[in-house]
Amino acid sequence: MAARRSNWWASTLSLVLTLALVAVPLPDSVAPLRPDWVAVVLLYWSLMAPRHFSLLTAFWMGIALDTLSGALLGQNALALLVVVYLAEKFHLRLRVFPLSQLAITVFLLLGLYEFMLFWIDGMAGRSVPLVERWVPPLTGTLVWVLLYMMFDRREREAPARL
Amino acid sequence: MSAPGRTSPGFGRSGFSMGVRFLLLAIVCVALMLLDRREQHLVRVRQALSLVVYPVRVAVDLPFSTWHSMRDTFAARDALIAENREFRRERLETEGRLQRLESLERENQRLRELLDSTARVGSRALVAEILSVDLDPYRQRFELNRGLVDGVYVGQALIDAQGVVGQVVRVGPLTSEALLITDADHAVPVSVNRNDLRTIAVGTGDSGRLRLPYLTNNANIVVGDVLMSSGLGGVFPAGYPVGRVTEVTLRPEQAFAEVLAEPASLLDRDREVLLLWDSSEAAPQASETEAPEPASDASVAGLH
Repeated sequence: MAARRSNWWASTLSLVLTLALVAVPLPDSVAPLRPDWVAVVLLYWSLMAPRHFSLLTAFWMGIALDTLSGALLGQNALALLVVVYLAEKFHLRLRVFPLSQLAITVFLLLGLYEFMLFWIDGMAGRSVPLVERWVPPLTGTLVWVLLYMMFDRREREAPARL
Repeated sequence: MSAPGRTSPGFGRSGFSMGVRFLLLAIVCVALMLLDRREQHLVRVRQALSLVVYPVRVAVDLPFSTWHSMRDTFAARDALIAENREFRRERLETEGRLQRLESLERENQRLRELLDSTARVGSRALVAEILSVDLDPYRQRFELNRGLVDGVYVGQALIDAQGVVGQVVRVGPLTSEALLITDADHAVPVSVNRNDLRTIAVGTGDSGRLRLPYLTNNANIVVGDVLMSSGLGGVFPAGYPVGRVTEVTLRPEQAFAEVLAEPASLLDRDREVLLLWDSSEAAPQASETEAPEPASDASVAGLH
C-alpha cells in the first residue's frame, strides 16, 4: 500500500508538471510543434498502467487545461475523456501490439483528440485556422514513443498487475 | 465529485462500470460547454478555477521574471548610465511635445464647448505585466497579472506605448485574460487619420497583420495611412493608433479591396501594457498603483 501511495504521488506530480509544460512559452517558430502534453501523458498512463488514473482524473485535467488555456469549459475535458476511455477500454488488445502499431494507434487517438477540439471550436462559432492542426499529434506520438522507451522496462519486468 | 466509499482517490474504484462513468462525465462536459458558451453563466466557477491554476501560472512565469530582475540587478553601471541619459533625452522631447498638446487640448475643449458636444475626459490607467504563459496556440491571447482585486473588468481596453493592444475578455481574482487585436475573433472600429474614413480592422491570427475587409475598391486609402481607433463601439477610446496600412490590392472583379495593415503596438515584444479605465466605469480601488495622470487633465478640469 505504501509503495502504491508513493507511486500515486509520483504520478500526480507528473500530471502537475505536465500542466506546467502546457503553459511554458515557446518561440513563435516552435510553438506549432508543441505536442498536446496532457493527452500524451494520460495516454501513456492509460495504455501502460491502466486503471492507474480514473476517468475522473482525465476530467479534472481537462478542466484545468480549459482554465489554463482559456478554452470553452469542458472542451479539453470531453476530448480527453473520449481518448482515455477508448485507450482504457481496449488496452488489453492494444498492449500486445508491437511498438510500431502502438505508435500508429497513439497517433490516431491524438488525432481524434485534436479533431474533437477543432470540432467543438467550430460548433461554438470560434474561428480557428485549420493548417498545422495535424502537427501536434505527430510530435505527440514521438514524445509518447520516447516515454515508452524510457519507462516501459519496469512495466515489462512486473506485469503481475494484469 | 468522488463517491463516499472510495478508499484511494484517483484510482477510480467507484461503484459504476467504466462505460457508465464515461457517459456521466461526458454529459457533465457537454452541460458545462453549453453553459459556458454564454459567457456569464459560469463566471464564478471560472474565477474559482483560475485561482486553482494560479500557482501553475506563477511557477511557469517565475524563471522568466527572475531572469528579467537578474538582468536588472547585474546590469553594468555604464549601461545604466547610458540608458538613463537616453531616458532623460526622451523625457525632454516628450515634455516639449506635451506643452504644445496642453494648449491644443485647451483649445479643443473650448471648441467643443462652442459646439455643445460632450467633452472627452481623461481616463485612468494602470500598468499590468504580461505573464510569460502560453495559452491556446491558435489564438492571440495572453494572461495579465491584474484581476478583480485591481478593479479590472471585461471589455477593458489595453494599450502600450505605441498603440492599441487589445481588450480584457475574462477576469479572475488575481489574473485576467486579454484578447489581442490580431486575434481572428477580434475587430476594432478604426478611422483613417488622413481623411477620417471609418472602417473596421479585423485580426488575422498572425500577430503582425490586420485586415480591413470592408473597404470598397474606390475607397480613399493608400499604403502608409495611419489607422486610429474611432471610439465607435465603446470599447476603445478614440484617438489611439491602431496600425499602418501596408498593402492595398484592388480587386476589380470583387466588391471589396484587399487591404492589410500592421499593428502599431509591439504585440509580440511587450512585457508591460497599460489598462485604461473608461471614465464612466467605477474607479479602481488600488489608487496607489495608479499611473500618474498627465498634468493636462488637471488643467482642463480647472477650466470648468
